[in-house]
Amino acid sequence: MIVIENISKQFGKLKVLDNVSVTCETAKCIALIGPNGSGKTTLIKSILGMVMPDAGSISFNGKSIQNDWQYREYIGYMPQIGRYPDNMTIGQVIDMMKDIRHTSSGFDEDLIDAFGLKGMYNKRMRTLSGGTRQKVSASLAFLFNPKVLILDEPTAGLDPVSSEILKEKIITEIKKGKLVIITSHILSELDDLVSEVIYMQDGKLMFKKSIELLQKDTGESKLSKAIANVMINSIV
Amino acid sequence: MRIIFIVIGLILCSDLLSAKTLKVGRHQAYNTITKAISASVDHDTILVEKDIYHEKNLVIDKSIVLKGIDHPILEGEHLYEIISVKVDNVTIDGFKLQHSGQSSVIDFAGIKIYNRHNVVVVNNILDDTFFGIYSQNGSNCTIKNNVINAHQKEEQQSGNGIHCWKSDSMLIIGNTISGHRDGIYFEFVTHSVIWRNYSFKNLRYGLHFMFSSDDSYITNRFEANGSGVSVMYSHGVKMYNNYFKENWGDAAYGILLKEISDSYIQGNHFEKNTSGIYMEGASRIQVERNTFKNNGWGLKIQASCMDIVLRSNNFIGNTFDVGTNGSLVLNKFDGNYWDKYEGYDLNKDKIGDIPYRPVSMYSMIVEKNPPAMMLFRSLIASLMDKTEKVIPSLTPENLKDNHPLMKALPL
Amino acid sequence: MKKIIKYVITDILRNKIVLAYTACLLAISFSVFSLEDNSTKGLLSLLNIILIIVPLISIIFSAIYIYNSAEFIELLVSQPLKRKAIWMSLFTGLATSLSIALLVGIGLPVCIYEFSITGIMMIVIGVFLTIIFTGIAMLAALQTRDKAKGIGITILLWLYFSILFDGLVLFLLFQFADYPLEKIMVGISALNPIDLGRILILLKMDVSALMGYTGAIFKNFFGTTTGISISFVILLLWVIVPVKISLNKFNKKDL
Repeated sequence: MIVIENISKQFGKLKVLDNVSVTCETAKCIALIGPNGSGKTTLIKSILGMVMPDAGSISFNGKSIQNDWQYREYIGYMPQIGRYPDNMTIGQVIDMMKDIRHTSSGFDEDLIDAFGLKGMYNKRMRTLSGGTRQKVSASLAFLFNPKVLILDEPTAGLDPVSSEILKEKIITEIKKGKLVIITSHILSELDDLVSEVIYMQDGKLMFKKSIELLQKDTGESKLSKAIANVMINSIV
Repeated sequence: MRIIFIVIGLILCSDLLSAKTLKVGRHQAYNTITKAISASVDHDTILVEKDIYHEKNLVIDKSIVLKGIDHPILEGEHLYEIISVKVDNVTIDGFKLQHSGQSSVIDFAGIKIYNRHNVVVVNNILDDTFFGIYSQNGSNCTIKNNVINAHQKEEQQSGNGIHCWKSDSMLIIGNTISGHRDGIYFEFVTHSVIWRNYSFKNLRYGLHFMFSSDDSYITNRFEANGSGVSVMYSHGVKMYNNYFKENWGDAAYGILLKEISDSYIQGNHFEKNTSGIYMEGASRIQVERNTFKNNGWGLKIQASCMDIVLRSNNFIGNTFDVGTNGSLVLNKFDGNYWDKYEGYDLNKDKIGDIPYRPVSMYSMIVEKNPPAMMLFRSLIASLMDKTEKVIPSLTPENLKDNHPLMKALPL
Repeated sequence: MKKIIKYVITDILRNKIVLAYTACLLAISFSVFSLEDNSTKGLLSLLNIILIIVPLISIIFSAIYIYNSAEFIELLVSQPLKRKAIWMSLFTGLATSLSIALLVGIGLPVCIYEFSITGIMMIVIGVFLTIIFTGIAMLAALQTRDKAKGIGITILLWLYFSILFDGLVLFLLFQFADYPLEKIMVGISALNPIDLGRILILLKMDVSALMGYTGAIFKNFFGTTTGISISFVILLLWVIVPVKISLNKFNKKDL
């Protein structure tokens, strides 16, 4: 579904992505893992067309995404830090997105209901806590029933209850056959979700393995342990 | 007894001979003016009834009074000079002269005076004549209450309303002149008075004055002429109480003074002219009690002028009060009212305590470098003027009014 | 695109600065016309507002708005929208709301007090300057992510167009005083939309006669239909070129 070929990106002197190639198929949940500054967010933004790679190409459903914008109809994106126009209310933001973005399959308002956002429709974005912003971001990502979900640190800042709600939602979506790409630091959360792991370090793609293979290679059953194992080995 | 009769008879005869009245009209003794003139003798009066007369060129060769009743029309058919005065002591009164000949070689006129004196031209209407009233070497002539109007289009192919050349002691009074090249034209004319005329919308100058000394022009109105009024190469000219209005154009002036000396400009109003007065090579001129209002430049005084005295004038609403092109100033500005004056009067004597400098920096720059006019009304131009007011550097040091008035004079 | 424009305009109206700007212009225009005894003088005072205040407000407000909309832009870019549509909507929204402010704030009083060719020319130039400086602001705002720096750049640009450029022109005039510069000046005025606008307005006013000899050359050029058409094409280029450059930059920008 998403094919990334040899992309590189440099910010000034810093090489953020170094010749990264990866293929993501549908009906999978892929965890994008790596230390801080390893290039995870840049990779995601490249897929979304927010960052223009210096070299390489990305295709979505067999079509290059360069100079294309329609493919984003199939993507729901939840940013790491959701930033919204300060003086709009939650309701206005959601209505605006609905207004701007068309969908054929109807709006999926499960999360809006589950997070109880409707009761806060009149709150202005600038007054919201980080957690509530995350709720808005998550709701918007799922709102249009997209085929692909890209979630950048989805549970950061969410309380345990909301975190659980979001996880449930992700699981149901995977079951519907959607591609979900998640980055997270809290690896324990990913255990029940992930089917594949992409590990990045210093802008390089270290490996992409199915979870079973990873468990076998490292001899750890827990994802967090397995990754820790990998990290220690790579340093050595 | 017979002798007495003879004497009375002779007196009667001579009376009849000297003051005969000849009438011209369809039902009168003469049906053309030419016939009447040839039948007349000196001191006769010819009365002309209202009609249209095609007299071709009417030559007046006897000292007569030619008087029209209700403005009979003398038609020039675009071919002829309408009236030529070739004797002294002639009066032409109450005609309408129209369509004189036009030529670039001959100066066709409505009425032309050839080297004569005591010719009186009054109450005539001149319409579409090439030159209106033309005095060539005339003297003691009166041109009064005529309305002279033409519709000329090009300066090169048009004549003047009242044209006086080499004349003396002329009285030009109460005429209305428009649509000519110059409204009133004086060349080598001396000891003459131009009074209460209205000269407007002429192609070039309302009044054009050259090599004509010791003349006065008083209480005239010059409005919307192509270039205003020009007074050149003369001395002893008195200009009192005239109005110079709305002479707008790239090269238009209220008055253009060139090489004028020992003259007086007093009590005049200069309103809405590109330059109220433009002086070049002028000397010893008293400019007093004039009003300069809403002009581009109130006064443009070139460095070639000297001993000009400006006293008790009002400068109101001019874009630039005074413009000059050099730093040498041999002229005196004193006791004028300047609406741009921002000084104070602590001792309450109605005279500002600090001098006023009427030349702005930007006007100096423009004078030195005309293309700088491109920056007219730009922020930088006004900033420069403000700075210059605080620290004068470029404007002439001694071009200033040491006694600026706090209030406008009642002029 | 229409929808985004709608959101941009509602957003601009919501932050009230544009409303304050409109009210300010209205107050200035009405007081200028009622204080001056003749309306031509009023127009002259308004000329300064149009040539100085309007570009200043347009460039600073637009730059600040673009910086403050960083989140909004980011949000939109991740959505299935063309980048061009997003950027052009921002431009259109800004230019429209500022132009409306000008039309209400200056256009209305001018129509009431001095509805003439000069007045209309003034409003047209004002609208052009608003749009041009909005475009320039958007280009400037893309040069740096730092808001303070960005606003600094816009103020410098405004200074350049309203004073420094004219200072340079003056300097050149005196450096090359021995050469016939009148015709070159016509060309040079095209390099600064404020100067071009000022000359176009002045030539419609009766003060144009003061421009004398140079004025004759300006008049021969700017006074003719061809000259006016060329001037407006140049003003149009001043609108299009900065926006086009900024659009290309925005298309390649990483968010």
